Amino acid sequence: MSQFKRRDFLKISAGLAAEAAGPLIWVKDAHAQWNSAPEKDARLRVLRWSRFVQGDIDQYMANVKKFEAKYGIPVRVDNESWEDVRPKAAVAANTGAGPDIILGTNDDANLYPDKLVDVTDLANYLGKKYGGFYAACEAYLRPDGKRWIGIPLGAAGSMMVYRESALKAAGFTSFPKDTDSFLKMMKALKDKGTPGGFALGHATGDANTWCHWLVWSFGGKMVDKSNKVVIDSPETIKALEYSRELYGTFVPGTLSWLDPNNNKAFLDGQISVTNNGISIYYAAKNSQDPKIKELVPDINHAEYPVGPAGVGTAFHLFLNQMIFKYTKYPKAAKEFIRFMMEEEQYGPWMQAGIGYVAHPLAAYAKNPIWTSDPKHTPYRDVVKNMRPAGYEGKLGYASAGALADFIIVDMVAEAASGAKSPKEAAERAQKRAERYYKV
Amino acid sequence: MKQLLENKNALGLLFMLPAGALLLVFLTYPLGLGTWLGFTDAKIGRAGEWVGLENFQFLIGDSVAQLSLFNTLFYTVVASVLKFGLGLWLALLLNEHLPFKSLIRAVVLLPFIVPTALSAIAFWWIYDSQFSVVSWALTRLGLIHQYIDFLGEPWLARLSVTAANIWRGVPFVAISLLAGLQTISPSLYEASSIDGATPWQQFWHVTLPMLTPIIAVVMTFSVLFTFTDFQLIYVLTRGGPLNATHLMATLSFQRGIPGGAIGEGAALAMLMVPFLLAAILFSYFGLQRRAWQQGGGDK
Repeated sequence: MSQFKRRDFLKISAGLAAEAAGPLIWVKDAHAQWNSAPEKDARLRVLRWSRFVQGDIDQYMANVKKFEAKYGIPVRVDNESWEDVRPKAAVAANTGAGPDIILGTNDDANLYPDKLVDVTDLANYLGKKYGGFYAACEAYLRPDGKRWIGIPLGAAGSMMVYRESALKAAGFTSFPKDTDSFLKMMKALKDKGTPGGFALGHATGDANTWCHWLVWSFGGKMVDKSNKVVIDSPETIKALEYSRELYGTFVPGTLSWLDPNNNKAFLDGQISVTNNGISIYYAAKNSQDPKIKELVPDINHAEYPVGPAGVGTAFHLFLNQMIFKYTKYPKAAKEFIRFMMEEEQYGPWMQAGIGYVAHPLAAYAKNPIWTSDPKHTPYRDVVKNMRPAGYEGKLGYASAGALADFIIVDMVAEAASGAKSPKEAAERAQKRAERYYKV
Repeated sequence: MKQLLENKNALGLLFMLPAGALLLVFLTYPLGLGTWLGFTDAKIGRAGEWVGLENFQFLIGDSVAQLSLFNTLFYTVVASVLKFGLGLWLALLLNEHLPFKSLIRAVVLLPFIVPTALSAIAFWWIYDSQFSVVSWALTRLGLIHQYIDFLGEPWLARLSVTAANIWRGVPFVAISLLAGLQTISPSLYEASSIDGATPWQQFWHVTLPMLTPIIAVVMTFSVLFTFTDFQLIYVLTRGGPLNATHLMATLSFQRGIPGGAIGEGAALAMLMVPFLLAAILFSYFGLQRRAWQQGGGDK
């Protein structure tokens, strides 16, 4: 066993050294070579999350067809609602039967790292060729700092979505860059009768992303580096006090909001600011309703403001690609992922979704989708700037469980709505989280 | 072989075998597995180890689990009582001679026929904090000036989901009780009216006692369905706001499946069993007592 580990280590360190020596700015590396002939008579089953925007699945399937034509390998793609992929993937890992490749979310791969095919070679190849993977990818998919247990697909970015006209009317020429002016803007918007609104119900996507940003932006965090729960901290309490003020500026009803609510309210003109993927803009652009179409020039996007922590603290839905060890065709599976990640396929796919999924590879920042419409640009760097779930600890069952149990969202909702004092809310979150991180 | 097939007992066993196997595979095994999981620290994707009562001990001290128990009891008691009252009332009305009787009966059944997920989505719109038709109508009438936050305020949310459950459950109670009403012999009413009984006395001394057996069955089912409700909550609130509408079933799912802690989720589901058993036992040993049915008390 120890021998195996050492040999493994040597192999990986060699890979690391090679990577470190690679150029920092993207130059198509002539040495990035890939040789992995798929198994004979291979066939693949892929399970992925259902599309958020139509363009995604259309282009994804077009790429799959291309792969099938090129390699003669039939690929069956199944779609499931993204929240249902997690339990299915876990069961597949446990029982050793199921799709060969699963496109999962957040820390899925960290729940069963030993059930996944080592894809270090592929990650090294892609990293070398396309300027390297962003740091957050490593937290998720290279947990021991050596072995890659999955290939990053990107992240569905969550950004501030706002109406330019409303901001102007409230006296703001651009979206605030720090939390203090953000609060001022929210107050001004409320006074003008064009309030903002952020989900505080059990909205897995929208509520989790903005509530994590808020807590982090004041320096609060669920756990420290050693996975010790430290959510009940003065920083968190500051964040919660801020949330109380912020909540006063929201449109009524946000405590009940699930993921679709803010989209509906925004497109109906009832709110002027929220946090969301690029899907609101996408929906407006592709709408047949002239009233909604009118919104297009007025919608814009901005990064989350920076708080007292002094750095960007955005949280996004991370997307991965995992190959399971039980697959009979690991080489074909790797080849499939490589094919889909190559620029010829990935570029058009990212464009078809107008950047709903942002790239994990540095070189793809040059893709024209990010500049063809300046309103896409804020979504460009989501993977580059994102913080992984369970910051600043290790990912695994504890981080996944705490996220799924809405500990952070409930805490913010309790404090923001005044149902509990910031101190009480933080204490309760601490107690709930300690259960997951087993104290 | 031939002898065996002619043996009544052996043949009986043989015929029971398929049903027995089905029950064993699809009922006993999952229930047993669920019970077992409740005593382990199993995660989805990882077999667990026996931890004894740890999950239960934690859940008893867990404020969210306590709240979900309260919510479940509140939801079940309020919804069941109102469903019974409204259902019985509706059944009595439908039992009268009405024009278009069968059409009305069919219409009454509609809420029960519509798939719960679909009616829940309809309620989701009705209760929406921005688009609620109720709020819209009331503002238009000038009765309110701000939209009602049906699902955003903890107590209002509890009452709103309960109301949606009642809407869905009343037809089941009404139609079942109507079937029961129609089995009551008219001669009993004739006899009682000859004796000078008022309609109220007829209801109290003829209808209700005759209806008790069916009430027992219908209400047992109704309580079981309500106590274990999941779809309505999952579509409307996912347990929010501030966990005010989390039922034990939805919390068990949240912890067990998306949260991955299947052991804890199973334990939470197991905690529902004593309450369900109590409801069943009450119905069987209480409401089905002959003495009660005949209008008497315990001797």
